[in-house]
Amino acid sequence: MSTETHTETQVPAEHGGGGNFPPFDPTFYGSQLLWLAITFGALYYILSKVALPRLAGILEERRDRIASDLDEAERLKRETDQAIEDYETALADARAKAQKIAAETRDSLNADLADKRHAAEAALADKVAAAEQKIAGIRATAMGEIEGIARDAAAAIVEQVASAGADAGAVEKAVASAWAARRS
Amino acid sequence: MATDPIHQFQISRIVPIEVGSLDVSFTNSSLFMVATVAAVTLFLVLATRGRGLVPTRLQSMAEISYEFVANMLRDAAGTEGMRFFPLVFSLFMFVLFANLFGMFPYFFTVMSHLIVTFALAMLVIGTVVIYGFMRHGLKFLGLFVPHGVPGYLIPLVTVIEIISFLSRPISLSIRLFANMLAGHITLKVFAGFVVSLSALGAVGIGGAILPLAMTIALTALEFLVAFLQAYVFAVLTCMYLNDAIHPGH
Repeated sequence: MSTETHTETQVPAEHGGGGNFPPFDPTFYGSQLLWLAITFGALYYILSKVALPRLAGILEERRDRIASDLDEAERLKRETDQAIEDYETALADARAKAQKIAAETRDSLNADLADKRHAAEAALADKVAAAEQKIAGIRATAMGEIEGIARDAAAAIVEQVASAGADAGAVEKAVASAWAARRS
Repeated sequence: MATDPIHQFQISRIVPIEVGSLDVSFTNSSLFMVATVAAVTLFLVLATRGRGLVPTRLQSMAEISYEFVANMLRDAAGTEGMRFFPLVFSLFMFVLFANLFGMFPYFFTVMSHLIVTFALAMLVIGTVVIYGFMRHGLKFLGLFVPHGVPGYLIPLVTVIEIISFLSRPISLSIRLFANMLAGHITLKVFAGFVVSLSALGAVGIGGAILPLAMTIALTALEFLVAFLQAYVFAVLTCMYLNDAIHPGH
Protein backbone atom coordinates (compact mmCIF):
# COMPACT_ATOMS: atom_id res chain seq x y z
CA MET A 1 0.00 0.00 0.00
CA SER A 2 2.68 2.47 1.01
CA THR A 3 4.79 1.69 -2.03
CA GLU A 4 1.80 2.38 -4.18
CA THR A 5 1.28 5.84 -2.74
CA HIS A 6 4.95 6.60 -3.06
CA THR A 7 5.02 5.85 -6.72
CA GLU A 8 1.96 8.03 -7.16
CA THR A 9 3.51 11.03 -5.51
CA GLN A 10 6.59 10.75 -7.62
CA VAL A 11 4.55 10.68 -10.78
CA PRO A 12 3.33 14.21 -11.71
CA ALA A 13 -0.35 14.79 -11.19
CA GLU A 14 -1.08 15.47 -14.90
CA HIS A 15 0.03 12.01 -15.70
CA GLY A 16 -2.45 10.60 -13.21
CA GLY A 17 -5.36 12.32 -14.99
CA GLY A 18 -6.44 9.06 -16.61
CA GLY A 19 -5.92 6.04 -14.43
CA ASN A 20 -4.50 7.20 -11.16
CA PHE A 21 -6.71 10.15 -10.35
CA PRO A 22 -8.93 8.56 -7.72
CA PRO A 23 -12.27 10.21 -8.62
CA PHE A 24 -11.96 8.79 -12.13
CA ASP A 25 -10.61 5.42 -11.10
CA PRO A 26 -13.26 2.85 -12.04
CA THR A 27 -11.94 0.22 -9.62
CA PHE A 28 -14.36 1.25 -6.91
CA TYR A 29 -17.32 2.35 -9.04
CA GLY A 30 -19.20 -0.83 -8.23
CA SER A 31 -18.53 -0.53 -4.54
CA GLN A 32 -19.46 3.14 -4.44
CA LEU A 33 -22.68 2.64 -6.34
CA LEU A 34 -23.72 -0.31 -4.20
CA TRP A 35 -22.99 1.42 -0.93
CA LEU A 36 -24.58 4.63 -2.11
CA ALA A 37 -27.71 2.69 -3.00
CA ILE A 38 -27.71 0.93 0.38
CA THR A 39 -27.03 4.03 2.48
CA PHE A 40 -29.20 6.45 0.54
CA GLY A 41 -31.97 3.89 0.37
CA ALA A 42 -31.77 3.42 4.12
CA LEU A 43 -31.78 7.18 4.68
CA TYR A 44 -34.77 7.63 2.39
CA TYR A 45 -36.61 4.84 4.15
CA ILE A 46 -35.88 6.12 7.66
CA LEU A 47 -36.72 9.71 6.80
CA SER A 48 -39.92 8.98 4.93
CA LYS A 49 -41.16 6.43 7.49
CA VAL A 50 -40.01 7.88 10.80
CA ALA A 51 -38.35 11.26 10.91
CA LEU A 52 -40.42 13.29 8.44
CA PRO A 53 -43.87 12.12 9.58
CA ARG A 54 -42.79 12.88 13.12
CA LEU A 55 -41.56 16.35 12.21
CA ALA A 56 -44.66 16.99 10.13
CA GLY A 57 -46.78 15.86 13.09
CA ILE A 58 -45.01 18.24 15.43
CA LEU A 59 -45.41 21.17 13.06
CA GLU A 60 -49.02 20.28 12.33
CA GLU A 61 -49.83 20.00 16.00
CA ARG A 62 -48.25 23.38 16.67
CA ARG A 63 -50.17 24.95 13.79
CA ASP A 64 -53.44 23.47 15.08
CA ARG A 65 -52.69 24.56 18.60
CA ILE A 66 -51.92 28.11 17.53
CA ALA A 67 -55.03 28.21 15.36
CA SER A 68 -57.25 26.94 18.19
CA ASP A 69 -55.64 29.35 20.63
CA LEU A 70 -56.32 32.18 18.22
CA ASP A 71 -59.92 31.04 17.88
CA GLU A 72 -60.25 30.92 21.65
CA ALA A 73 -58.78 34.39 21.94
CA GLU A 74 -61.18 35.62 19.27
CA ARG A 75 -64.12 34.11 21.16
CA LEU A 76 -63.01 35.65 24.44
CA LYS A 77 -62.60 39.00 22.73
CA ARG A 78 -66.12 38.78 21.36
CA GLU A 79 -67.42 37.96 24.84
CA THR A 80 -65.54 40.90 26.30
CA ASP A 81 -66.93 43.21 23.64
CA GLN A 82 -70.43 41.94 24.40
CA ALA A 83 -69.94 42.50 28.13
CA ILE A 84 -68.64 46.00 27.51
CA GLU A 85 -71.62 46.74 25.30
CA ASP A 86 -74.04 45.44 27.94
CA TYR A 87 -72.36 47.49 30.58
CA GLU A 88 -72.49 50.61 28.42
CA THR A 89 -76.19 50.06 27.74
CA ALA A 90 -76.96 49.53 31.44
CA LEU A 91 -74.94 52.59 32.32
CA ALA A 92 -76.74 54.70 29.73
CA ASP A 93 -80.12 53.41 30.95
CA ALA A 94 -79.27 54.17 34.55
CA ARG A 95 -78.03 57.60 33.62
CA ALA A 96 -81.19 58.37 31.67
CA LYS A 97 -83.34 57.13 34.53
CA ALA A 98 -81.42 59.20 37.06
CA GLN A 99 -81.77 62.24 34.87
CA LYS A 100 -85.48 61.65 34.53
CA ILE A 101 -85.93 61.29 38.28
CA ALA A 102 -83.85 64.39 38.89
CA ALA A 103 -85.85 66.36 36.35
CA GLU A 104 -89.15 65.22 37.83
CA THR A 105 -88.03 66.06 41.35
CA ARG A 106 -86.75 69.42 40.20
CA ASP A 107 -90.01 70.19 38.42
CA SER A 108 -92.21 69.21 41.35
CA LEU A 109 -90.01 71.13 43.75
CA ASN A 110 -90.08 74.13 41.47
CA ALA A 111 -93.86 73.98 41.20
CA ASP A 112 -94.21 73.63 44.96
CA LEU A 113 -91.84 76.50 45.53
CA ALA A 114 -93.63 78.69 43.02
CA ASP A 115 -96.98 77.97 44.68
CA LYS A 116 -95.64 78.81 48.10
CA ARG A 117 -93.96 81.93 46.82
CA HIS A 118 -97.14 83.11 45.15
CA ALA A 119 -99.12 82.49 48.29
CA ALA A 120 -96.55 84.29 50.41
CA GLU A 121 -96.39 87.15 47.93
CA ALA A 122 -100.14 87.45 47.89
CA ALA A 123 -100.31 87.45 51.67
CA LEU A 124 -97.54 90.01 51.86
CA ALA A 125 -99.23 92.20 49.27
CA ASP A 126 -102.47 92.05 51.28
CA LYS A 127 -100.65 93.00 54.43
CA VAL A 128 -98.79 95.80 52.69
CA ALA A 129 -102.04 97.11 51.22
CA ALA A 130 -103.78 96.98 54.64
CA ALA A 131 -100.85 98.66 56.32
CA GLU A 132 -100.71 101.35 53.64
CA GLN A 133 -104.43 101.95 54.06
CA LYS A 134 -104.02 102.16 57.79
CA ILE A 135 -101.09 104.54 57.44
CA ALA A 136 -103.08 106.69 55.04
CA GLY A 137 -105.99 106.74 57.52
CA ILE A 138 -103.77 107.61 60.44
CA ARG A 139 -102.08 110.29 58.36
CA ALA A 140 -105.33 111.83 57.28
CA THR A 141 -106.60 111.89 60.88
CA ALA A 142 -103.32 113.30 62.06
CA MET A 143 -103.41 115.97 59.38
CA GLY A 144 -106.93 116.94 60.36
CA GLU A 145 -106.01 117.14 63.99
CA ILE A 146 -102.86 119.13 63.27
CA GLU A 147 -104.86 121.77 61.45
CA GLY A 148 -107.22 122.08 64.44
CA ILE A 149 -104.34 122.24 66.90
CA ALA A 150 -102.56 124.84 64.84
CA ARG A 151 -105.72 126.89 64.59
CA ASP A 152 -106.25 126.72 68.34
CA ALA A 153 -102.60 127.45 69.00
CA ALA A 154 -102.63 130.37 66.63
CA ALA A 155 -105.81 131.71 68.19
CA ALA A 156 -104.29 131.30 71.63
CA ILE A 157 -101.06 133.02 70.52
CA VAL A 158 -102.91 135.83 68.86
CA GLU A 159 -105.13 136.15 71.96
CA GLN A 160 -102.11 136.27 74.18
CA VAL A 161 -100.31 138.80 71.99
CA ALA A 162 -103.28 141.04 71.35
CA SER A 163 -104.99 140.33 74.63
CA ALA A 164 -108.08 140.97 72.69
CA GLY A 165 -110.22 138.37 71.17
CA ALA A 166 -108.87 137.52 67.88
CA ASP A 167 -110.97 137.57 64.90
CA ALA A 168 -111.59 133.95 64.37
CA GLY A 169 -112.00 134.46 60.62
CA ALA A 170 -108.67 136.24 60.26
CA VAL A 171 -106.85 133.63 62.24
CA GLU A 172 -108.31 130.91 60.19
CA LYS A 173 -107.30 132.75 57.01
CA ALA A 174 -103.76 133.28 58.23
CA VAL A 175 -103.32 129.70 59.35
CA ALA A 176 -104.65 128.44 56.08
CA SER A 177 -102.30 130.58 54.07
CA ALA A 178 -99.33 129.69 56.29
CA TRP A 179 -100.18 126.06 55.94
CA ALA A 180 -100.46 126.39 52.26
CA ALA A 181 -97.10 128.13 52.14
CA ARG A 182 -95.49 125.37 54.20
CA ARG A 183 -97.06 122.77 52.10
CA SER A 184 -95.87 124.16 48.79
CA MET B 1 2.79 11.46 1.32
CA ALA B 2 0.76 13.83 3.46
CA THR B 3 1.17 16.87 1.22
CA ASP B 4 -0.12 15.21 -1.93
CA PRO B 5 -3.39 17.09 -2.57
CA ILE B 6 -4.89 14.13 -4.44
CA HIS B 7 -4.21 11.60 -1.73
CA GLN B 8 -7.30 12.64 0.25
CA PHE B 9 -9.53 11.30 -2.52
CA GLN B 10 -7.94 7.87 -2.46
CA ILE B 11 -10.37 5.07 -1.72
CA SER B 12 -9.07 2.22 0.39
CA ARG B 13 -10.72 -1.06 1.24
CA ILE B 14 -11.70 -1.57 4.84
CA VAL B 15 -13.58 -4.83 4.44
CA PRO B 16 -12.81 -6.43 1.08
CA ILE B 17 -15.91 -7.98 -0.45
CA GLU B 18 -16.12 -9.50 -3.90
CA VAL B 19 -19.27 -10.65 -5.58
CA GLY B 20 -18.28 -12.60 -8.62
CA SER B 21 -15.76 -10.43 -10.42
CA LEU B 22 -17.24 -7.25 -8.97
CA ASP B 23 -15.40 -5.49 -6.17
CA VAL B 24 -17.99 -4.22 -3.71
CA SER B 25 -15.67 -3.79 -0.75
CA PHE B 26 -16.65 -1.74 2.23
CA THR B 27 -14.34 1.23 1.71
CA ASN B 28 -13.64 4.50 3.47
CA SER B 29 -16.17 6.03 1.08
CA SER B 30 -18.78 3.51 2.23
CA LEU B 31 -17.85 4.23 5.81
CA PHE B 32 -18.57 7.91 5.39
CA MET B 33 -21.80 7.23 3.55
CA VAL B 34 -22.89 5.14 6.53
CA ALA B 35 -21.67 7.84 8.91
CA THR B 36 -23.63 10.47 6.98
CA VAL B 37 -26.83 8.45 7.14
CA ALA B 38 -26.24 7.69 10.81
CA ALA B 39 -25.61 11.36 11.59
CA VAL B 40 -28.71 12.57 9.72
CA THR B 41 -30.87 9.91 11.32
CA LEU B 42 -29.49 10.53 14.76
CA PHE B 43 -29.93 14.27 14.38
CA LEU B 44 -33.53 14.05 13.25
CA VAL B 45 -34.57 11.29 15.61
CA LEU B 46 -32.93 12.83 18.65
CA ALA B 47 -34.24 16.27 17.75
CA THR B 48 -37.82 15.10 17.48
CA ARG B 49 -37.70 12.78 20.46
CA GLY B 50 -39.41 15.25 22.79
CA ARG B 51 -42.09 16.23 20.23
CA GLY B 52 -42.22 19.50 22.11
CA LEU B 53 -44.85 22.06 21.38
CA VAL B 54 -42.16 24.52 22.36
CA PRO B 55 -39.09 23.21 20.54
CA THR B 56 -35.69 22.66 22.08
CA ARG B 57 -32.67 24.03 20.25
CA LEU B 58 -32.05 20.75 18.46
CA GLN B 59 -35.70 20.31 17.57
CA SER B 60 -35.76 23.86 16.29
CA MET B 61 -32.88 23.06 13.96
CA ALA B 62 -34.66 20.00 12.65
CA GLU B 63 -37.84 22.03 12.15
CA ILE B 64 -35.93 24.76 10.35
CA SER B 65 -34.35 22.25 7.98
CA TYR B 66 -37.76 20.70 7.38
CA GLU B 67 -39.44 24.02 6.66
CA PHE B 68 -36.48 25.17 4.58
CA VAL B 69 -36.70 22.22 2.21
CA ALA B 70 -40.51 22.20 2.28
CA ASN B 71 -40.68 25.87 1.27
CA MET B 72 -38.05 25.31 -1.39
CA LEU B 73 -40.05 22.48 -2.92
CA ARG B 74 -43.42 24.23 -2.59
CA ASP B 75 -42.10 27.40 -4.20
CA ALA B 76 -40.56 25.51 -7.12
CA ALA B 77 -43.07 22.74 -7.75
CA GLY B 78 -46.26 23.78 -5.98
CA THR B 79 -48.28 21.77 -3.49
CA GLU B 80 -48.34 18.76 -5.81
CA GLY B 81 -44.58 18.61 -5.60
CA MET B 82 -44.80 17.83 -1.90
CA ARG B 83 -45.14 14.13 -2.75
CA PHE B 84 -41.43 14.24 -3.54
CA PHE B 85 -40.60 15.90 -0.26
CA PRO B 86 -38.93 12.83 1.33
CA LEU B 87 -36.72 12.46 -1.74
CA VAL B 88 -35.65 16.12 -1.84
CA PHE B 89 -35.17 16.25 1.91
CA SER B 90 -33.09 13.06 1.90
CA LEU B 91 -30.96 14.37 -0.96
CA PHE B 92 -30.41 17.72 0.75
CA MET B 93 -29.52 16.22 4.10
CA PHE B 94 -27.36 13.49 2.58
CA VAL B 95 -25.33 15.91 0.47
CA LEU B 96 -25.13 18.50 3.24
CA PHE B 97 -23.95 16.08 5.92
CA ALA B 98 -21.55 14.32 3.54
CA ASN B 99 -20.03 17.68 2.61
CA LEU B 100 -19.79 18.78 6.23
CA PHE B 101 -18.15 15.49 7.18
CA GLY B 102 -15.63 16.19 4.43
CA MET B 103 -14.59 19.34 6.28
CA PHE B 104 -13.05 17.32 9.13
CA PRO B 105 -9.33 16.68 8.69
CA TYR B 106 -8.58 13.10 7.56
CA PHE B 107 -12.23 12.53 6.74
CA PHE B 108 -13.27 11.37 3.33
CA THR B 109 -15.46 13.58 1.13
CA VAL B 110 -18.05 11.32 -0.43
CA MET B 111 -19.21 13.92 -2.94
CA SER B 112 -15.72 14.38 -4.37
CA HIS B 113 -16.28 11.33 -6.55
CA LEU B 114 -18.13 11.91 -9.77
CA ILE B 115 -19.72 8.48 -9.77
CA VAL B 116 -21.56 9.28 -6.52
CA THR B 117 -22.87 12.66 -7.59
CA PHE B 118 -23.74 11.28 -11.02
CA ALA B 119 -25.71 8.44 -9.42
CA LEU B 120 -27.66 10.96 -7.32
CA ALA B 121 -28.27 13.14 -10.39
CA MET B 122 -29.50 10.12 -12.34
CA LEU B 123 -31.79 9.27 -9.46
CA VAL B 124 -33.33 12.75 -9.77
CA ILE B 125 -33.59 12.70 -13.57
CA GLY B 126 -34.86 9.12 -13.50
CA THR B 127 -37.58 10.15 -11.06
CA VAL B 128 -38.49 13.10 -13.27
CA VAL B 129 -38.71 10.99 -16.44
CA ILE B 130 -40.56 8.06 -14.88
CA TYR B 131 -43.03 10.20 -12.97
CA GLY B 132 -43.47 12.49 -15.97
CA PHE B 133 -44.45 9.63 -18.26
CA MET B 134 -46.57 7.94 -15.59
CA ARG B 135 -48.48 11.12 -14.87
CA HIS B 136 -48.80 12.68 -18.32
CA GLY B 137 -48.07 9.84 -20.72
CA LEU B 138 -46.79 11.08 -24.04
CA LYS B 139 -47.86 14.62 -23.16
CA PHE B 140 -44.75 14.71 -21.03
CA LEU B 141 -42.84 15.15 -24.29
CA GLY B 142 -44.54 18.55 -24.53
CA LEU B 143 -41.76 19.58 -22.20
CA PHE B 144 -39.57 19.85 -25.26
CA VAL B 145 -42.00 22.00 -27.25
CA PRO B 146 -42.49 25.30 -25.48
CA HIS B 147 -45.71 27.24 -26.03
CA GLY B 148 -45.77 30.43 -28.04
CA VAL B 149 -42.89 29.53 -30.35
CA PRO B 150 -43.46 30.25 -34.07
CA GLY B 151 -43.92 27.06 -36.11
CA TYR B 152 -40.74 27.31 -38.14
CA LEU B 153 -38.67 27.60 -34.96
CA ILE B 154 -40.14 24.53 -33.26
CA PRO B 155 -37.59 22.00 -34.61
CA LEU B 156 -34.68 24.18 -33.56
CA VAL B 157 -36.11 24.94 -30.12
CA THR B 158 -36.99 21.30 -29.56
CA VAL B 159 -33.46 20.22 -30.33
CA ILE B 160 -32.14 22.83 -27.91
CA GLU B 161 -34.62 21.72 -25.25
CA ILE B 162 -33.63 18.08 -25.64
CA ILE B 163 -29.94 18.91 -25.39
CA SER B 164 -30.59 21.03 -22.32
CA PHE B 165 -32.59 18.21 -20.75
CA LEU B 166 -29.91 15.65 -21.46
CA SER B 167 -27.21 17.89 -20.05
CA ARG B 168 -29.06 18.27 -16.76
CA PRO B 169 -27.74 15.14 -15.02
CA ILE B 170 -24.24 16.01 -16.21
CA SER B 171 -24.33 19.61 -15.00
CA LEU B 172 -26.06 18.60 -11.78
CA SER B 173 -23.45 15.97 -10.92
CA ILE B 174 -20.37 17.80 -12.17
CA ARG B 175 -21.26 21.00 -10.35
CA LEU B 176 -21.36 19.26 -6.97
CA PHE B 177 -18.40 16.98 -7.66
CA ALA B 178 -16.15 19.72 -9.05
CA ASN B 179 -16.93 22.12 -6.24
CA MET B 180 -16.06 19.62 -3.56
CA LEU B 181 -12.99 18.32 -5.38
CA ALA B 182 -11.56 21.73 -6.27
CA GLY B 183 -12.27 23.17 -2.84
CA HIS B 184 -10.53 20.35 -1.05
CA ILE B 185 -7.54 20.38 -3.40
CA THR B 186 -7.10 24.14 -2.96
CA LEU B 187 -7.36 23.79 0.78
CA LYS B 188 -4.79 21.03 0.80
CA VAL B 189 -2.41 22.92 -1.49
CA PHE B 190 -2.44 26.06 0.66
CA ALA B 191 -2.12 24.04 3.84
CA GLY B 192 0.81 22.23 2.19
CA PHE B 193 2.49 25.60 1.56
CA VAL B 194 2.32 26.35 5.27
CA VAL B 195 4.11 23.10 6.10
CA SER B 196 6.77 23.34 3.41
CA LEU B 197 7.48 27.05 3.97
CA SER B 198 7.79 26.78 7.73
CA ALA B 199 10.37 24.05 7.20
CA LEU B 200 12.68 26.71 5.73
CA GLY B 201 13.46 28.44 9.03
CA ALA B 202 12.56 31.89 10.38
CA VAL B 203 11.93 33.55 6.98
CA GLY B 204 9.87 30.62 5.91
CA ILE B 205 7.71 30.80 9.02
CA GLY B 206 7.13 34.49 8.33
CA GLY B 207 6.26 33.69 4.76
CA ALA B 208 3.93 30.92 5.84
CA ILE B 209 1.56 33.42 7.44
CA LEU B 210 0.00 34.29 4.08
CA PRO B 211 -0.94 30.72 3.08
CA LEU B 212 -2.09 30.11 6.65
CA ALA B 213 -4.46 33.04 6.41
CA MET B 214 -5.59 31.74 3.04
CA THR B 215 -6.19 28.30 4.52
CA ILE B 216 -8.33 29.76 7.28
CA ALA B 217 -10.33 31.86 4.82
CA LEU B 218 -10.72 28.88 2.48
CA THR B 219 -11.93 26.72 5.33
CA ALA B 220 -14.70 29.21 6.00
CA LEU B 221 -15.45 29.36 2.29
CA GLU B 222 -15.55 25.58 2.07
CA PHE B 223 -18.13 25.41 4.85
CA LEU B 224 -20.21 27.85 2.84
CA VAL B 225 -19.69 25.80 -0.32
CA ALA B 226 -20.60 22.61 1.53
CA PHE B 227 -23.98 24.10 2.40
CA LEU B 228 -24.44 25.98 -0.84
CA GLN B 229 -23.85 22.96 -3.07
CA ALA B 230 -26.32 20.90 -1.06
CA TYR B 231 -28.80 23.76 -1.43
CA VAL B 232 -28.16 24.14 -5.16
CA PHE B 233 -28.54 20.42 -5.68
CA ALA B 234 -31.84 20.42 -3.81
CA VAL B 235 -33.17 23.54 -5.59
CA LEU B 236 -32.35 22.15 -9.02
CA THR B 237 -33.97 18.87 -8.03
CA CYS B 238 -37.11 20.81 -7.13
CA MET B 239 -37.09 22.64 -10.46
CA TYR B 240 -36.64 19.44 -12.46
CA LEU B 241 -39.42 17.78 -10.48
CA ASN B 242 -41.60 20.76 -11.36
CA ASP B 243 -41.07 19.85 -15.02
CA ALA B 244 -42.31 16.35 -14.29
CA ILE B 245 -45.45 17.70 -12.61
CA HIS B 246 -46.14 20.61 -14.97
CA PRO B 247 -44.49 19.74 -18.29
CA GLY B 248 -46.01 22.68 -20.18
CA HIS B 249 -43.81 25.77 -19.95
